[in-house]
Order: sequence, then C-alpha cells, then structure tokens
Amino acid sequence: MPQKTMRDAINEALHQEMAADERVFVIGEDVAGGNGSDGTVGCAGGVFGVTAGLYDKFGPLRCVDTPISESAIVGAAAGAALSGMRPVAEIMFADFIGVCMDQIFNQMAKFRYMFGGKSRCPAVIRFASGAGFSAAAQHSQSMYQIMTAVPGLKVVVPSNAYDAKGLLLTAIRDDDPVLFFEPKALYQEACEVPDEPYTIPFGEAAMPREGDDVTVVAFGQMVGRAAAAIDGLEDQGITCDLIDPRTTSPLDADTILESVKATGRLVVVDESPPRCGLTADIAAMAADRAFHSLKAPIKQVCAPHTPVPFSPELEAAYVPSVQKIQAAILEVMR
Amino acid sequence: MSLDKTALARAYRQMKTIREFEERAHAEIMNGQIAGFTHLYTGQEANAVGVCEHLSGADTIISTHRGHGHCIARGADVKGMMAELWGSSAGLCKGKGGSMHVADVDNGILGANGIVAGGPPISVGSALAAKQKGTNNVAVSFSGDGSVNQGTCFEAMNLAVVLQVPAIFVIENNYYSEHTSINYAVGCDDLKARTEGFGFPVFVANGVDFFDVHEAAGKAIEHARAGNGPAGVFCEQGRFHGHFVGDPQGYRGEGELDRLRQDYDCLKHFRERVTGTGEMSHEELDAIDAEVMALIDEAVSAARAAPRPTAADLETDVYINYAAQGV
Repeated sequence: MPQKTMRDAINEALHQEMAADERVFVIGEDVAGGNGSDGTVGCAGGVFGVTAGLYDKFGPLRCVDTPISESAIVGAAAGAALSGMRPVAEIMFADFIGVCMDQIFNQMAKFRYMFGGKSRCPAVIRFASGAGFSAAAQHSQSMYQIMTAVPGLKVVVPSNAYDAKGLLLTAIRDDDPVLFFEPKALYQEACEVPDEPYTIPFGEAAMPREGDDVTVVAFGQMVGRAAAAIDGLEDQGITCDLIDPRTTSPLDADTILESVKATGRLVVVDESPPRCGLTADIAAMAADRAFHSLKAPIKQVCAPHTPVPFSPELEAAYVPSVQKIQAAILEVMR
Repeated sequence: MSLDKTALARAYRQMKTIREFEERAHAEIMNGQIAGFTHLYTGQEANAVGVCEHLSGADTIISTHRGHGHCIARGADVKGMMAELWGSSAGLCKGKGGSMHVADVDNGILGANGIVAGGPPISVGSALAAKQKGTNNVAVSFSGDGSVNQGTCFEAMNLAVVLQVPAIFVIENNYYSEHTSINYAVGCDDLKARTEGFGFPVFVANGVDFFDVHEAAGKAIEHARAGNGPAGVFCEQGRFHGHFVGDPQGYRGEGELDRLRQDYDCLKHFRERVTGTGEMSHEELDAIDAEVMALIDEAVSAARAAPRPTAADLETDVYINYAAQGV
C-alpha cells in the first residue's frame, strides 16, 4: 500500500470527493492563490498546500479564493450548505476561530435546532491546529477542546494520514456541520493510505495499542507521543490500551469506559490547556461512570494554563512530552 | 413598473397581515401570553413586501431579530409563526426557535436571526450557491442601520463583490440601532455612499411608499439576476414600536411616535394611492382587512389551543445523526 503524508491524504480526499459530487467545493484564503496577480492563479493551494491542484482541476467556482474575511468565509459556507451545496471551507489556523466564532457557534451550529429540525447544513470547516512550529500564541492553539463543548457541531481530530482521509470523506458526506482539525505537526507524517476512497465512521475510537494495566486516551498529535510512551514502558512489563477517539463530538465513550473498567487506571493526554478541557471532560466521565473500577487517581497530562509560547525551549516544555506521559503512567501504576 | 389589480391586492394583503400580526403579538405579549424577547416590525411593512414581491422559487431571504415581517412577506405560514411565538410544538420551528428564529428553509426563508449582522455572510453563501448551480436566483439579506456597522456586514458586502454573486443587501434605516440614533452610530454623513463604496449600485426608496420600494428593489434584483453581481436597496422608514416590546423609548423626541403613526403609515399611503388612482376601492381594501383580521384571530386561537412541547422534545433536532456511543 502506498505511503502518503497527512497533507497528501487530505488533498486526495478533496480531489476524490469533488470529482464524485459536483456540490462539493472548497472556499477560503489562498485555497487557489494568485488571483488578481501577474503570476499564476492556483499557485498556492492553501498556506500548507492542502488544496493544491484543486483550482486547476475544478476551476474558480469550485476552488473559491476569498479576501481575508473569516466570518464571511464561514457564513458563506453555511449559507451555501443551507442552499444545497456541500462546502469545505478552510480557516487556515484554528486560532482564527476567534474571528469567526459567531458564524460557527451561533449560526451554523444552531440552525437545525432553532429551526425545529427543518434544515440541514452540510458544511465542513477545516483548520490547521496545534503547536510544534514556534508559531506562538495566535497560530498554535488546538481549539477543538473549546468547540467540542458546542451542541450542534461535530468535531474531528485525526492523528494520522489514514484516518484523516477516511474521516474527511465522512465529514464531507455528513449532513451536519463538521469542524475538522488537522494537527499541523502531522502534515508531513506518512503512513499507508489506500488510493481508493473510504470512510471512517464518526464516534468510533481507534485503539492503536492494547494492554492490561492502564487506559491512555490521547488526541491528535498526542496519539503518536502516547504510543511512543507506551512502547517505551513495555520492557518494564507495563502494557496499556491506547484510545484515539478520532472524533471528540460525537465521542465514543463506551470504548473508553470499557477499557477503564478493565484496567482500573486512566491517563488522559492532550496538548490543550487544563481548565474545562478535553482531559478534564474524559476524567470527569470516568469518575462519574467508572469510579468503582478505579485503582488509582485519574491523571491528566496536558498543557499548562498559559498561552502557547514562541521560544522553541518553552514550546517544547508546553506540549506534553513522551517523558511526561510515561511519568503519568508510572504514577498511576505505583 | 405597473402592477395589476391582483398584484396590488396581494401586496396590500401581505402588508396588512404583517401589521395585524405584529399588533396582535404586541397585545398578547402585554397580556403575558407570549414569552421571551420580541422585536416588532410595525411601520416598516412596505420594505419587506416591496422587496419580497419580486421573489419566488429558490430565491432566499435572511432576516434579522426584527424578522416577522420579512418572513410573512416571503410566504411563511402565519399560523405556524403565531404558534411558534407561543412556544408550541406545532409552531413553525416546533417551539425551539421563537420570535427571533422563525425560519422555513425549504421555502427560501433562511431565518430571522438573533445576531445583528449574522445574516449577510450567510446570504452571500446562498447567492454563491445560486451562481454555482447556474440558476438566476438571488439571495436577499435584510439589515438595519445598526447592522451595517458590524464587520460581518462589511465582509459580506466585499465578498459578494469579489465573487460577483447575486446577493441583494436591503438596508432598512429605521433611525435607531436599539436606543441610539443613526446620527451618532453611523460615522459618515451618507450611508448610501458608504455602501456604494463597496462597489455595487444602491437604489434608494422611501419606506413609507410601497411602490417606491417595489421599484427600487426591482432594479436591484434585476441587476443581480442578470449576472451583474450584488446590489443594494436603501429604505428609510421608522418603526412604530420600541426596539423590543417593553422598550420605554426615551430616545424619541416629543410627538415623534404620533407623527410616525399619523404621517408615515405605509398602509394609509397605499390606500390613498390606489383609491386615488381608482385601481382599488375602499370596499375592496376593507374586505382584505376583514379577511386578515379573521386570519390573525384564527392564528391566535389556534396557537392558544396548540400542543405544548414536552421533555421528550428537548434533545431532538440538534443533529441529523449523532453516533455518540454511550454518551
């Protein structure tokens, strides 16, 4: 099976779904690039190159460049979706949710409920999320933990190229609004990805490691680090379930709770800050519904309650490391 | 643009329906029959009807917090709307939206909207869809003089020009954004010129005159349908009520409300015009009035008797499908 990076896997999914369904289009800043210039239209394909080639293949009506107007981009995607299209909008950096929050959480998330179930808004909004590039406080946040709290949205956080392709195809075909967070540190990470289209259902976790002693739940970029942490403890005789929920909304709570009931220990890992976040959410759920199975306090491994720093040394200290994850696993094993 | 008698009667019926819907809603709110926040459109009826009489098929509108008039003008079911204000499960939105979220997406009503200037970006998306599908449909967004100071409104206007989509921006100046005058809140002297600065034509209408609005809206919509990109309609007409029902309206000048109702009533204006030209008689208009009153009475009676939602309705209609396992 061919190896593909997450960037190429997402690009392939967009090409395939736009070819299969003429209602699908991409819209955002520089998704083509070069419009109005003396140079080449289609030169950019997004700042991370994820939409490369779509302009040449599908033209300006389906690879729609916009001004720097995040609210208008999300609003246009929402309006087009209400009017029968299946837009895939790109908001470049997840941090820019701050600019277009109203259109996401007051508008598209709430249409169906406010309108008594008589509308559908099949829009996907893609974001590059997370730390790892010394991009500092306004270009490095995860944001999915905040959006997971909003009823009416579905939230996807892939941890590898294979999942990214299958989850994006599910997202585009889904009839509800979907926020799709692409950990930008993983764009260049490759794994085996089939050429043909395939889908991965929402609300079904993956379990890339299986073990007996500890349940480790990790999201996005942290899944790979958690796997490395677990693999490094094997020679100490410690084995873990590693659960990658893949979608934070809907959440596969059953898989997490069943594992916790079997292992009796839970470590939750995420690169977002600790307060009212994903790790606290999963910890609370386990405390509520698996308390009598627990053999040790639940440990949360996450970022500190600070903005994401710029300096490489500080950023390395900010994002949970393999060592921190291992320390947490060892602590619940004491 | 001349209108035949059928069209005149329909336009009058629509305006009168909005007027009576709003005045009855006001009375019922004051009687404690309707919960929540309600913003009435009374006085501005000619704007909504003058624009929406040009729309059909897959043309869309998106409205504001002051949305009842736009929704009725675009053809929303009046009984369903009244039941929605009552919070009934038989309401247009099953009682989940209420006054500020009346919608009927399948019939071109992308909703009233509780966020000022929430609508224009969405309307541009609807216009983009029309262009992508190759139809000649238009997407109309209604904005007030308060809405046009929001960044989202600017973004939507610019994007519509950049993408050359058939978006119609209807700006209704009712002189107040909530409790603050346009003289204070709009920094420039000429809002029409500011809007035209985005790069599309704006047609001005006197909002007390249905015929003037109808003509201006017709030009704007014709411009957009012909593939020439967005256009604007700028209507001036005060509202007869406060920002919300219960607003003490301390910002009004002495006698202002009386003058509005006396001298700037679009229904009176319409009646004088069509009876003056002989196009319609007082008797014909009175007959429409009676039918509208009966419809509103019926809508209120039905809303009072309509079923109430139960706890079982609370968690439905959030998603089309949501495969949470065990949550």
